[in-house]
Amino acid sequence: MADNALFQFLLRMGDNSLILGHRVSEWCGHSPVLEEDIALANTALDLIGQTQFWLGLAGEVEGKGRTADDLAFLRDAWDYRNVLLCELPNGDFGQTLMRQFLYDAWASVMMGRLMTSSDERVAAIAAKASKEVAYHVERSGDTVVGLGDGTEESHARMQAALDYLWPYVGEMFDSDEVDAAMVKAGIAPDPASLREEYDALVGKVLGQATLTIPTDTFHHKGGRTGYMHTEHLGHLLCTMQWLQRAYPGATW
Amino acid sequence: MYAQMITAEASDEDPKLLEEFQARIDRDEKIEPKDWMPMAYRKTLIRQIGQHAHSEVVGQLPEGNWITRAPTLERKAILLAKVQDEAGHGLYLYSAAETLGVSRDELVELLHEGKMKYSSIFNYPTLNWADIGAVGWLVDGAAIVNQVALQRTSYGPYSRAMIRICKEESFHARQGYHAIMQMAFGTPAQKAMAQDAVNRLWFPAIMMFGPSDSESVHSEQSMQWKIKVRSNDDLRQQFVDQTVPQIEYLGLDLPDPGIKWNEERGHYDYSDPDWSEFFNVIKGKGPCNVDRLNDRTNAWEDGAWVRDGLLAHGRKKAAARTAAE
Repeated sequence: MADNALFQFLLRMGDNSLILGHRVSEWCGHSPVLEEDIALANTALDLIGQTQFWLGLAGEVEGKGRTADDLAFLRDAWDYRNVLLCELPNGDFGQTLMRQFLYDAWASVMMGRLMTSSDERVAAIAAKASKEVAYHVERSGDTVVGLGDGTEESHARMQAALDYLWPYVGEMFDSDEVDAAMVKAGIAPDPASLREEYDALVGKVLGQATLTIPTDTFHHKGGRTGYMHTEHLGHLLCTMQWLQRAYPGATW
Repeated sequence: MYAQMITAEASDEDPKLLEEFQARIDRDEKIEPKDWMPMAYRKTLIRQIGQHAHSEVVGQLPEGNWITRAPTLERKAILLAKVQDEAGHGLYLYSAAETLGVSRDELVELLHEGKMKYSSIFNYPTLNWADIGAVGWLVDGAAIVNQVALQRTSYGPYSRAMIRICKEESFHARQGYHAIMQMAFGTPAQKAMAQDAVNRLWFPAIMMFGPSDSESVHSEQSMQWKIKVRSNDDLRQQFVDQTVPQIEYLGLDLPDPGIKWNEERGHYDYSDPDWSEFFNVIKGKGPCNVDRLNDRTNAWEDGAWVRDGLLAHGRKKAAARTAAE
């Protein structure tokens, strides 16, 4: 069980960065301004780099000889363990950056905790990722503030993005038996324990952005357990996995 | 690579200044932003550097076309890093153009209005994964041949930009060749993709150097001012000579039956590309011109609210700072 729980945990980490990195990469060449093209490509690149570490370790822990690429390109939707937030469509630039901020804030708290993981491999990945994530959250936070507290139109768009995305935030703090096993082994924190720090960080930035956090506490779930993803994930995988599926066994 | 497209205007400037300027050029001195320069020199550079910058930016699109379909995490990361470099080159070149007294926004507007060009190569589609390798190897490879020459160009900021950009481009070309090697030495289907990519991109790549010198009426002035330092045909021949053995090493068929080693010349002979196609692409009739420009203008228009929002926020912050002082 312990190894399987660790495998599941690592898939959750790796799938989050893989799917979000993929989404961000969809922006290539279409940003509002050249600096943002660079920044988005850079963010996607960091996320894909983190994916290589998380899924590489996942394959190692699983012990069936699967590589990070096998896990990324040869699983079907129900085997993905990313939170739903990461697979939601880009929408406009505001929605993309709001999604990024809501994820980055979680990732920054999470990586901080994982740096003291009892599993050295996990701690090492988190230590590397934490530097990237610290920059990501600063950048996405600044952009959310700039657009939230910008013009009437940018404010309205950012509020709409927040209203759309907020019901997907809660899933990042759900706990189940996988998390319990990780807590017991000292590998990872209980996700619920991140919430206070997250709310403080997000509350501060959204306050500066003059945006209102929805009061409804309902949240969607089903991504991190794989029980029920959104319809969007299948289409993303169709694109991402196409070459590997169409030409099985080839080396690229 | 568009020096050949640029009109040098007859000038009524002070002959003495012109003479001194030419003397500086002849002494291989670099011209710097605050130095006196003929208006036609300035205009030529604005167009050439601006078009170069636009090429880097539009060049994101054919590669971005495959980022979401990259077959491995490593290939995806390499491609992301590459397009990030290209966008960075765009930024760097717009800055170089700005030293000549034109803003990035003005240049972008001219691009969107169809009044400025970008490299014709980016009006060709990327249709299979091997195209991504071929773009790095052939397109960046051709660009490097041109840009290494431009490191000696007479305008200081442009020359320095080229030195920096060439380092990254060389890396791209090697990565591209490595990617296409995987294909050429891979399964029969992969090899077929590699062959298809080379067949389609060969002539567009050698057209990147512009028409033959005998057809290129504007080359002479650009050469005299050392904006251009080597002729189109010279550069094209160098590219052909370095690339043919690479195609052979891959075990692919040569994309042009006219390619043959010429012992007497010490160079490969090759067929002249179909220049009517080149001029059609320049005029907007390439396979992707309309889509590429629409992509860029739509991105710009869709992003207007973002730019306005961030500017408005910047103004609010500045006002708050002023009020606090």
